[in-house]
Amino acid sequence: MRYTGLDKPKTKGYTYFWRFVFAITVAAVLVFLWYATTKVEYIWQWGRVPQYFWIVDERDLNSEFDGQVLAVDASKIVIRDEYNAEHDIALPKDANVLLDAGSTVYYGDALARYEYRAPGILLEGLWITLQVSFLAIIIGIAVGILFGLARVSENPAPRWWAIIYVELIRGTPLMVQIFIWYFVVGVLVDELLAQAGLPRIPALWYGVIALAIFTGAYVAEIVRAGIQSVHRGQTEAARSLGMTYGQCMRKVVLPQALRRIMPPLAGQFISLIKDSSLLGVMAIRELTKATREAVTSSVQPLELWFTCALLYLVLTFTLSIFVQYLERRAVRR
Amino acid sequence: MIKIRKLNKFFYHPATLHALKSIDLDVHKGETVVIIGPSGSGKSTLLRCVNRLEYAEGGDIFIEDKNALDPKCDINAIRAEVGMVFQSFNLFPHLSVLENVTLAQLAVRHRKKTEAERRAMALLESVGIAEKHSASPDQLSGGQQQRVAIARALAMDPKVMLFDEPTSALDPEMVGEVLDAMRKLAKGGMTMLVVTHEMGFAREVADRVIFMDNGVIIEDSSPGELFSNPRHERTKAFLDQIL
Repeated sequence: MRYTGLDKPKTKGYTYFWRFVFAITVAAVLVFLWYATTKVEYIWQWGRVPQYFWIVDERDLNSEFDGQVLAVDASKIVIRDEYNAEHDIALPKDANVLLDAGSTVYYGDALARYEYRAPGILLEGLWITLQVSFLAIIIGIAVGILFGLARVSENPAPRWWAIIYVELIRGTPLMVQIFIWYFVVGVLVDELLAQAGLPRIPALWYGVIALAIFTGAYVAEIVRAGIQSVHRGQTEAARSLGMTYGQCMRKVVLPQALRRIMPPLAGQFISLIKDSSLLGVMAIRELTKATREAVTSSVQPLELWFTCALLYLVLTFTLSIFVQYLERRAVRR
Repeated sequence: MIKIRKLNKFFYHPATLHALKSIDLDVHKGETVVIIGPSGSGKSTLLRCVNRLEYAEGGDIFIEDKNALDPKCDINAIRAEVGMVFQSFNLFPHLSVLENVTLAQLAVRHRKKTEAERRAMALLESVGIAEKHSASPDQLSGGQQQRVAIARALAMDPKVMLFDEPTSALDPEMVGEVLDAMRKLAKGGMTMLVVTHEMGFAREVADRVIFMDNGVIIEDSSPGELFSNPRHERTKAFLDQIL
């Protein structure tokens, strides 16, 4: 905050003193946290966390036949099995071949050793969370604007539907809604699709819909507040020029409203990213469920949960910065 | 051009108020009619009823031969022919000056962008603010904003212009520039209905001056007669107070 002149001017000493106080309190909190970690009976093994991000493993390529190695080159091994059939076995890149041409192999023998690299469970979970949140935000904005407009409509049918939608969705737990979307709507839709001979919809989409519909209710209220915050004179000016209700909304009211509701929308979408952690109940392995699974196999709960929290923080903070950037750009125009 | 017959308007909040009491008024083509009167007399309401920003419960408002109070009329088509300038300018803050003037031309008149911009620049030129065409409204002074608002209304090539206290929100030194623009418009033969407290403007530019009080037209005469020789006591009392 800049000095506004509403209170008496601050001295240089004031600024330095309170900056110092801030630094001290931050240091105190950090020391306390460190002290707390030494006091709990827990062996910290941060070194075991990276393997959940990126798997690097030595693996063997095993033979699936009994037979003889005919030839070996950089890309494949040729094996003739006991029935005289020849098999080309493709080698992974940079594989270390353990057998020479002419060797006898049996089922299960290691043919080659190679380095296995793949994204770990946390990275996969993060990716799912990112996908679900992104899609839910996009759909949530569309749903929210639609119901926000319905909410301020003169027509009672859309207006009352908007009220029912907002109150119903806002007033019930997201967890229950997720269950309904997956185990009631999902089962019904899958059955109908099966009757029509169509493939099932992946669980991820039910998660996206559940989150989007949930967020849409809050967005609708934010949009309504934004529309109502635009001065009446704007509508009057637009309509006095002969513009229709729709043109006035699209070209005059909504652009101003949307600019104004950026900060509360950002808050709503940050909430949404964190709420996506509930989707674990419908077998979507997003970040939280991935962490839970990693904890089960590693028995290193604290490191993994801290990492999980940090990853959420990275997502939400990025979104926050992005919205602040949009806001600044909107103001400059 | 404008024919108002037996216009009645009520407000119900906070209390029931008979705002306009059976108003009859004719504004002929090319005429400048100025409405004066104390605050709460219904002059702004009358003006806002003409393009139906306020819906009057009874009576008829003919603009040319279309009745704006007919529920079946195309009110947007009527409004496109009736320009309006507001006390608080009401420029669109998210658009540049030029975009403010072209927006309705594109959306309502369906003009081509180049044509709309040419028209806009000509009008901004005529109100003396062409060099600010890419500025944002909040970078302009009140007087400049109001001149842009006039250009915005004129861009629709309206048959009538309504002015709702166009100088009341302006600093004194900016009143002149807006009145100049309006004077020029009146000289050019525009049909104008003006609500204002600028008696000098009324005296100089108006063809007729109307004095309203309490929802009724008390007096309707030429400016010379009304200002120097008012027929009604209430007109006289009002003029004594403000002059």
